[in-house]
This record gives sequence, C-alpha cells and structure tokens, in this order.
Amino acid sequence: MKKRMNGYLLAGLIITCTILVVALIGTFWTPYSPTAMQYGKFQAPTLAHLFGTDHFGRDIFSRVLKGTGTTLFIALLTVGIGAVVGTFIGAVTGYFGGVVDDVLMRFNDALTAFPSILLALLIISLLGPGKKYNVILALGIVFIPSFARVTRTAFASLRDTNYVTSARLMGAGNARILLVHLLPNVLRVLLPAFTIGFNNAVLAEASMSFLGIGVTPPDASLGYMLSEAQGMLKAGPWYAIFTGLTIVLLVFGVGLLGEGMQAAEKGVE
Amino acid sequence: MTEENNNLVLEVKHVSAGYKRGGFFGYGQKYKEVIHDVDFVVHYGEILGLVGESGTGKSTLAKTILGLMEPTKGEIVHYTKRPQMIFQDFHSSLNPAYSAWWSVEEPLRIFGKYDAEERERRVREMLTRVGLQEEFFASKPDELSGGQKQRVNIAAALIRRPRFIIADEPVSALDVTIQAQILKLLKQLRNELDLSYLFISHDLNVVYQLCDRVLVMKDGRIVEQGTVEEVYNNPKEEYTRNLLEASK
Repeated sequence: MKKRMNGYLLAGLIITCTILVVALIGTFWTPYSPTAMQYGKFQAPTLAHLFGTDHFGRDIFSRVLKGTGTTLFIALLTVGIGAVVGTFIGAVTGYFGGVVDDVLMRFNDALTAFPSILLALLIISLLGPGKKYNVILALGIVFIPSFARVTRTAFASLRDTNYVTSARLMGAGNARILLVHLLPNVLRVLLPAFTIGFNNAVLAEASMSFLGIGVTPPDASLGYMLSEAQGMLKAGPWYAIFTGLTIVLLVFGVGLLGEGMQAAEKGVE
Repeated sequence: MTEENNNLVLEVKHVSAGYKRGGFFGYGQKYKEVIHDVDFVVHYGEILGLVGESGTGKSTLAKTILGLMEPTKGEIVHYTKRPQMIFQDFHSSLNPAYSAWWSVEEPLRIFGKYDAEERERRVREMLTRVGLQEEFFASKPDELSGGQKQRVNIAAALIRRPRFIIADEPVSALDVTIQAQILKLLKQLRNELDLSYLFISHDLNVVYQLCDRVLVMKDGRIVEQGTVEEVYNNPKEEYTRNLLEASK
C-alpha cells in the first residue's frame, strides 16, 4: 500500500478530531449557558471558569465550545459550496473545453481579481447582513473560483489519458466518464485544496465577524468573539487569548491534515 | 458489400486527417494536416504492421480509424464491431483509482447486457487468459509491474470480444524479456480469439517477428506496403532501407 500514516497526518488527525469532538459536545452541552450573564465580569481563569469570564459575565469556555461549533459549521458549509460548485464548473470547463471554457474561466478570472473580502462584503450587502446563512452563501460564492481553477486543471489533464480514451471507445458517456472515471482521481487533488480552503474559510469568517458583518448575537462564532475581545485586551486578555488560540489550533490541525494527506499521496514517510 | 470484401475487417479509403490548433474564442484556428491520402485494407485474421519514425502520424491514423478524430477527406469502413485499442503508455491506460479487476469489468458494465455473475465469470476467464496471476486481480495499477499492467490492458480491450485491435506500440515501453512475453501473448490471443491487429511500431524487429504484412509510413503518407518478407528483403524505398539499416 502506498497510503501510509505519517507524522503530519497523525498530528492533524488528533488535533482536528479533538476539536470536532469539542465542537460536537459544545453543540449539545456546555458547562454554563454561553449567553447567561451572571458569573461576574472579567474573572480570570479559575477551575470553575476555565477560560475566565467576559465583560458581560459570560463563561468564556462555554462560549468557545459553542463558538467552535458555529465556526466549523460555517467553514464546512462554505467550503462545501465552493468545492461542489467549483468542481462542477471545473469539470464542465476542463473536460469539454471550447467556448464554454473560455467564457466561464474569464468570468472566473474576473471574480479572482476582486479581493475576496471585498467581494464577500458586496454579496452580503446585496443579500442583507447579519444572517448566518447569508454569510455562508457569500463566502461560498467567494470560494468557488479557486476550486474551479484547481479542478479544471485536473479534469483537463486527465481528459486525454488513455483510460478515458478506452472508456470512450467502449461507449461510455460523458456523465459516466466524468463521475466514475475522473472524479475519484480529481478528489485526490481536491482534498488538499479542501483543507486549505477550509482554513481560509475559518479565517474569512473570523474577519467578517470581526468587521461586524458576520454572525450576530446571540450566535457566537470564534471570529465574532475575537472582535468582542479586542475591546477588552487589558481588562480580560484571556478572552482574546483563548479564542485566538482555538482558531490557531483549528487552522493548524487542518493544515497538518492537508499536508499529511499530500505526503501520504506521494508515499513519503 | 461485394464478395471480395468479405474477408476484410477494415478499409481505409484515401483518408486525410489533422488537428486544429490555437485560436481565440473559437476564431482563427489553424488546421494542420498530419496524414495524407492514406489507403489500405486489413484482412481477416492478419497482423498488419505499421512502421515509421515517431511523428509521422501513426497514432493520428490510429485515432482516426477508431473514430476519435474525424477524417477530413476519405472514408473509413469497419467490417467488425467496436474495434479496441491497446496503448503504448500503459501507465495511463489503467485508471489509478481502481483495481485491475474493475478496469476489465468496466467495459462489460458499460455494455450493460450481463448480470454480475456473468460479468465475474467473463472477467475471471479473461484475466486468466492473459496470464495475470489471481493474487493481482484486486491490485491497483501502482502495485502492478509494466508487463502486468499491459496484460490487464489487453484483457480490458478484449473483454467485449472485438475482432479487430489496434495496438499502438504496445511493447516499446517494456523490457526486452517482457516484450517477448507480451508479443507471444498477442499472437496466441490472435489464434484463440480470431483477432486481426493493426500493429503500430517503430521497432522493425518486433514487426518482423509478429506481422504478416507491413505498411511503411513517412510524413503522413504510406510509402510502401507488402508482405513482411517482401519489404524486409527487397525494400523499394530509400526511406525503408534507412529504417531497416537503423534497426540492425
């Protein structure tokens, strides 16, 4: 077998799985209510309040548990939209080529030419700000071009391989060639792109919430919490530190995962 | 169909073909003709060699015959159903995502006329026939040797029982000892399964071992054709003599 476990992959799996479990727990249970404001303002971390409390007297650990879930949810859906639509566009343009390819990819270039945050801002102002699903949709659209580009290259390079030619000679239709013959091979390229995209989505959501156009209270996402925390760096530095660390850990873990998968693909130890 | 055509598997009638290149949004494409006025037949049961240096249009001719490219002039008449191709680059002939078994079964799935049990019987029979050991049936391409991959390719090409095979340099990327095994296999399969081959090669020694008749191609044209003995012992064209000289 070529696919072996390696250090990156193992570390990435451990970190990511831990965070997933934490987020899952946070969705259903938190030690305190993440929105209750009754635990005393600006308390430093103690055993009762592991990450301390914030300016409203809310338990930060509970908020981080809950917020991680929100952030993961947004990031996954965002990348999901980008990957699915992007792969579809990449398949159509890369496989069929021709005028469709020219038109769609020039449109893609135009989208890429915008700074992604600006583009997301634009889309959100069109859709109406302050709704979680609008954030997801806006970021999802922003993520389409990069996935389209990656998968287009993959589909285009695989289109003329002998096994595709053979399948065509056997009478396989385009749908079968695209879905059965090419997609599994494109997924190998897509997985690392997916992890990178996921991290960008986490950071993009954080930036959007930080700018005040992401999720709104009472929803808590890590990015929103970080924007809250910046006003109280002196009074309660633990808020920013623990929230920031969680984001870093999440991004780091998934980054390792992507690195590990690429290494496993190449068969490197 | 006239009486004399009954023993033909393929007729290539004055065929020209080429590629379109460049262009912007479909405009301004340039056409470059690669093969010019190619005219020959393949008889039932024969192995017809096609030799020539690389870049003379041998593979283009193969693609045109298989319908992967449209001829710009002339006509191609098939007297058998669904001819298949065996490729030189056997690495990219097998889908890396799937096992040897899957690749051989896939043409039957596409065909769609056999149930799972019948497919399994046919795949097992064919993989055994091409000499792949059972322990490699479930192997992915990157776990197979070059010779094994080419055996799987041959099995996949033959599983639907075509009568005519185009083999484009099927052994030139293999070690000499493996080459001999695959050539022997191709010959044996021809007899067992009533096949005819168009065997494309730049290696005149291989063609001499395997083929009944031979076509010599130069710059997209057939410059000489005849039985292997005729062409090898008494080449009419300067180009053929040079090719023969170079392969000694």
